[in-house]
Amino acid sequence: MFVSFLIGAIAIGTVLLYGCLGEMLMEKSGHLNLGIPGIMCMGTAGGCLGIELYMNGLANPENASWFLLILISILMSILFSVATGAIYGFLTVTLRCNQNITGLAVTTFGTGLAQFIMSSYVSRKLFNTAGKIISRGLVNDPNANGFLRVFFSHGFFVYFAIALAIVFAAVLKRTRLGLHLRAVGENPAAADADGINVTAYKYGSIFVGSAVAGFGGLFYTMDYLKGSWENASTIESFGWLAIALVIFTLWKPNISIFGSILFGGLSITAYVLNGSSTQNELLKLLPYIITVVVLIITSIRKKRENQPPASLGLSYFREER
Amino acid sequence: MAKEVLIEFQNITKTFGTVIANNNVSLQIFKGEILSVLGENGCGKTTLMNMLAGIYYPDGGKILIGGKEAVIHSPKAAFGYKIGMIHQHFKLIDVFTAAENVVLGVKDGEKYNLKSVKKRIGEMCDRYGFHINPDQKIYEMSVSEKQTVEIIKVLYRGADILILDEPTAVLTPQEIEKLFAVLRRMRDDGKSIIIITHKLNEVMSISDRVAVLRKGEHIGTVNTSETSEQALTEMMVGKKIVLNIDRSEPQNPADRLLVKDLNCTGPDGVKVLDHISFTARSGEILGIAGIAGSGQRQLLEAIAGLQHLDSGEIIFNRPKKNLPVSFFHKTFKQIVAMAAEGKFHYEDGTPVDLSGKSKKEIRQLVNDGKILFNEDDVMNLRDKTPLQIRELGVRLSFVPEDRLGMGLVGNMDIVDNMMLRSYRKGNSVLVDRKKPQNLADKIVKGLEVVTPDLHTPVRRLSGGNVQKVLVGREISYAPKVLMAAYPVRGLDINSSYLIYNLLDKQKREGAAVIFVGEDLDVLLGLCDRILVINSGRITGIVDARTITKEEVGLLMTKTDSGKEEKNGTEN
Repeated sequence: MFVSFLIGAIAIGTVLLYGCLGEMLMEKSGHLNLGIPGIMCMGTAGGCLGIELYMNGLANPENASWFLLILISILMSILFSVATGAIYGFLTVTLRCNQNITGLAVTTFGTGLAQFIMSSYVSRKLFNTAGKIISRGLVNDPNANGFLRVFFSHGFFVYFAIALAIVFAAVLKRTRLGLHLRAVGENPAAADADGINVTAYKYGSIFVGSAVAGFGGLFYTMDYLKGSWENASTIESFGWLAIALVIFTLWKPNISIFGSILFGGLSITAYVLNGSSTQNELLKLLPYIITVVVLIITSIRKKRENQPPASLGLSYFREER
Repeated sequence: MAKEVLIEFQNITKTFGTVIANNNVSLQIFKGEILSVLGENGCGKTTLMNMLAGIYYPDGGKILIGGKEAVIHSPKAAFGYKIGMIHQHFKLIDVFTAAENVVLGVKDGEKYNLKSVKKRIGEMCDRYGFHINPDQKIYEMSVSEKQTVEIIKVLYRGADILILDEPTAVLTPQEIEKLFAVLRRMRDDGKSIIIITHKLNEVMSISDRVAVLRKGEHIGTVNTSETSEQALTEMMVGKKIVLNIDRSEPQNPADRLLVKDLNCTGPDGVKVLDHISFTARSGEILGIAGIAGSGQRQLLEAIAGLQHLDSGEIIFNRPKKNLPVSFFHKTFKQIVAMAAEGKFHYEDGTPVDLSGKSKKEIRQLVNDGKILFNEDDVMNLRDKTPLQIRELGVRLSFVPEDRLGMGLVGNMDIVDNMMLRSYRKGNSVLVDRKKPQNLADKIVKGLEVVTPDLHTPVRRLSGGNVQKVLVGREISYAPKVLMAAYPVRGLDINSSYLIYNLLDKQKREGAAVIFVGEDLDVLLGLCDRILVINSGRITGIVDARTITKEEVGLLMTKTDSGKEEKNGTEN
């Protein structure tokens, strides 16, 4: 049971990790994007649409190529989530709208449109087949050694997420690009004075962040659920949890790998323990309670490294002095 | 030795709207020298240098660098000409280390490697005598260390011309000495250094030449060795201009506001108010002169209840004059005893003598309200909030420097802005809009505020009209103390005179007016006494009718080093 719990925690953790990494990247450039749930839904819809088109074009769906499935779903997912993120970017970077209001609008828009696309244009007839192919791991035998199953039974998207987290951590810490991005989020005026193109960095982080976040929903639908779909609200709730996870992991991508597994574990504890419905609802609160506790602790300790980027949520306008 | 001309300003003119910041300025900067650009606030010295650093672009004239015309459209372009500016407000990223800040935005095509950056910083430190830990985070640094990081940042980009805007404003005397030593070493290394300042003693000790600006004009450039502080002050302040400001004679001045030994420390640990004591009298305008940022704002905000003080007292004296004595408050015996001490007087001012009067006569006098007394109502305003001050019944009006930030709400209309002062009036849940409406109407008509109607957001009005609305509201409460910080800043001549007359009227009506100004001619022409504040200390309280402009100028700029040492040992 413990092995399957761990596997489940890692899987749900991966959904959260994608959302968290995307949001974190945007927050590093000073953009608090509450549109993440909407972007995740749109990424799901895009990826699913891609899979639908690919599978329907095949003579024998059972022989669908693993590589092409992943590639097409990723590309379509990126297209949709970046398009949604671009709305947010245009409104907040170029027009300097309030980030919170814009984000909430994007979430409402994204979940609604994703729901529409999924129910109108995606028949999901061959999704079970596609889901099985996508979720194929190195170890697929359910009776294999527990250790091997925990680490090697996952599909491509799980390892991709962890790789992305490690890459993000390295880029932020060790490269000029990362230094400049952090500078933009901390003090855009100073970055601007040093000749850094603030607008480009903001857009760049929003585009890349949106693309990454979109994978979360795609993974959840195609890999974890093996192609089934109820409605967008489950993915939306993962989106909110992902935003909380950014705070919990103190804006550090490497911590977010473990944070996401913890959050993933907490969010399936309810199902594993199989308690009364009251207990289940209370257990689902745990990730949020932990986030609040972390916020309280970091606020009290006031360690500057653990604070959000200084200009998070603020629009930058050069002429304003 | 003939020096090589590195930069030449030719007939530079820069205007902001109708304000001329620089008018036809021509100036040369040599290689390997320290040039001070000296002038009062608003004389255009920072604007001039900002044009060299690429912050502004001149409207007229040209800048020659190495004999060729230079087009400097951005700070980046300025770096192309090896020009770097260290601004008064540091542009550093707090959570980054010194090295990370230094390398930020540098595109030298090299691999990003903090180790080699640190090595280069180390080399610079050795060469010029800096002391800095490249791994230290900015937020852990003192102001002086932050400044060092800014200087290294500029040098790292290969600057040969360094512009420092008021570099010593936030430094201790020891840190200033260190900075000057570094600057001298850089000069000896062939770099040109421009210091924007208003501190005469520093000009004398550090610079090779001094360029003096006054009201946007270049007055002259002199060799430091051939000039004196007096000569420079005269160049800075210029000849006295007689302004026809109506100044009435003070009527029965009485002590209204006693400020005793105020001390206040700023957020960066620097003392912004240092043993400030003075008295503001009713029926008098007390001017406050000083270089901007010498503590004027903190002083006024302390009186208004907006600034936390380390120590000191603010005593408000409310005289209650000519109140009739009654048996309600005092017994017959007390009245007789107090009369014998001479505490009472008649309406015409003659003291009451009750000896030889019968009980009946005394009772009659008291009951008729003929016997009057004066009482002083003394209150300490220290650490009271503005609301508490108002609840005490102290009519204190404050026209802050930041009109749309502190004084008015830009997005609200004139009527709503009137209500900021009166929203607590009345017992109803609903606010009374009638009276503010009338008041707004009165102000708009009385002060000739140019506005489409009473319901235009005040931020859409011009600066002068915004100020009229604010001053109008503040004086409508018949203040006992009226404080105005730079009330004519950005206003045209007519509006300025209107404000001067309003202040003089308040004075005639018995208010104690405190006027913070920057134009010495206005201070000398409008005020009765002038308090000169310099780095948070009072350097003199002088009679505005007899003092000269140069004397005030000297008080504003000179640092009394002897006093500084004394304070140092006290602390």
